[in-house]
Amino acid sequence: MTVGYMEMKDTVDARGLSCPQPVLLTISKLKKTNSKEIEVIVDNDVSKENVCRAATSQGWMVDNVLEETDQYKIHIRKV
Amino acid sequence: MLKRDNFLASSRGIVIAGIAIGILAALLQKWGNPGNMGICVACFERDISGAIGMHRADVVQYLRPEIIGFGLGAFISALLFREFKPRGGSTPLARFILGMIAMIGALVFLGCPWRAILRLAGGDGNALFGVAGLAVGVGIGTLFFRSGYTLGRSEKQRIGAGIIIPIVLLGFLALRLVFPQVEGNPKSGILFYSVKGPGSQHAALLISLVIGAVVGILAQRSRFCTMGALRDLILFRHLHLFSGFVALLLGAFVVNLIVGQFHPGFVGQPVAHTQSFWNFSGMLVAGLAFALAGGCPGRQIFMSGEGDGDAGVFVLGMIAGAAVSHNFGLASSPAGIGPYGAYAVAFGLFGCLLIGFTHMDRIKS
Repeated sequence: MTVGYMEMKDTVDARGLSCPQPVLLTISKLKKTNSKEIEVIVDNDVSKENVCRAATSQGWMVDNVLEETDQYKIHIRKV
Repeated sequence: MLKRDNFLASSRGIVIAGIAIGILAALLQKWGNPGNMGICVACFERDISGAIGMHRADVVQYLRPEIIGFGLGAFISALLFREFKPRGGSTPLARFILGMIAMIGALVFLGCPWRAILRLAGGDGNALFGVAGLAVGVGIGTLFFRSGYTLGRSEKQRIGAGIIIPIVLLGFLALRLVFPQVEGNPKSGILFYSVKGPGSQHAALLISLVIGAVVGILAQRSRFCTMGALRDLILFRHLHLFSGFVALLLGAFVVNLIVGQFHPGFVGQPVAHTQSFWNFSGMLVAGLAFALAGGCPGRQIFMSGEGDGDAGVFVLGMIAGAAVSHNFGLASSPAGIGPYGAYAVAFGLFGCLLIGFTHMDRIKS
């Protein structure tokens, strides 16, 4: 069920959400997940920068950022 | 790591942007803007509201070119760096009301977060209560976000939606050029001008416009946000935006010292009153409204320049809020709060809490 925002397993869909929700969702996922890698989808540069910065501050590493049409897929890996 | 290297969004970049904005703001005061009001997004939108006759408080009517510069600077910057993205549809009506409440609260304090920093930099001790109120209001906002508050997702819009605010700002600029100020005259064509009071104090048109545009570009690139600075500090213990906030304070403080604009004290400060409780609570309400809407008043203009229609609705809400504030006697003056200012704070807080509690997303995966 989705209301407001949707979270799939190990993926955070933060498209269309304004500050601070993309970072809030990302950090929440990083704290909960058992996986060593998660993907965060955002649709603007500000959220991309904020999510990358937040992941690094949580001790994770930004593997790569894929630019697609109207969105970025940020791959974050546990160090 | 980042696709395009954006220096101004780096740790050093945001500090440089903050210092530059602080210096420019203090210089605007030197060059004619009111005391400790080199840049005040709320005050300037309030002055615009008066210039187009939405309120008739004759001391605060001037079509401030800085606001035009902020939006158009951000628009140009967003176009240049491929960040212009028309978007909207994230509960715009709630954002309009939040904009109104934010303005009403800010005008009880007599300034937005930008001016709160500039008032501190000028030695106005009353601003300490404003900044404390701002921090508490933003802190309450973070509790809502932690509890699942959201205004929902925005969606991609057509280009026409994204250029509405830039075109409105160009329209304002056209009005300002077509109906220039006539010395000592309260009206020029359809525009109102203050002949006394803060609205009569301003830097030259070109200086205000160019500095506004430079600030718009710097802020668009650095993502400078005075509310986000406190929010990220409280919510995530992130110092990134807060370092820009402190840098603005320091930049303005140093220029104030050099040019003789630093006058520490509480009484007799420019465009300020000494009712500490209301300075605190007015800014608390404004801070909560900014937090719930996702950006300080400056950031809302910059985002509207990037094509964010929801931010544009918030800006229009602020301009409408200024009209209500002055027409209904809610706004403060140097003598103290307005006759209905206390009620405005109470109803503003109630409005924010209502919007907060009725936009909870209780279902989480």
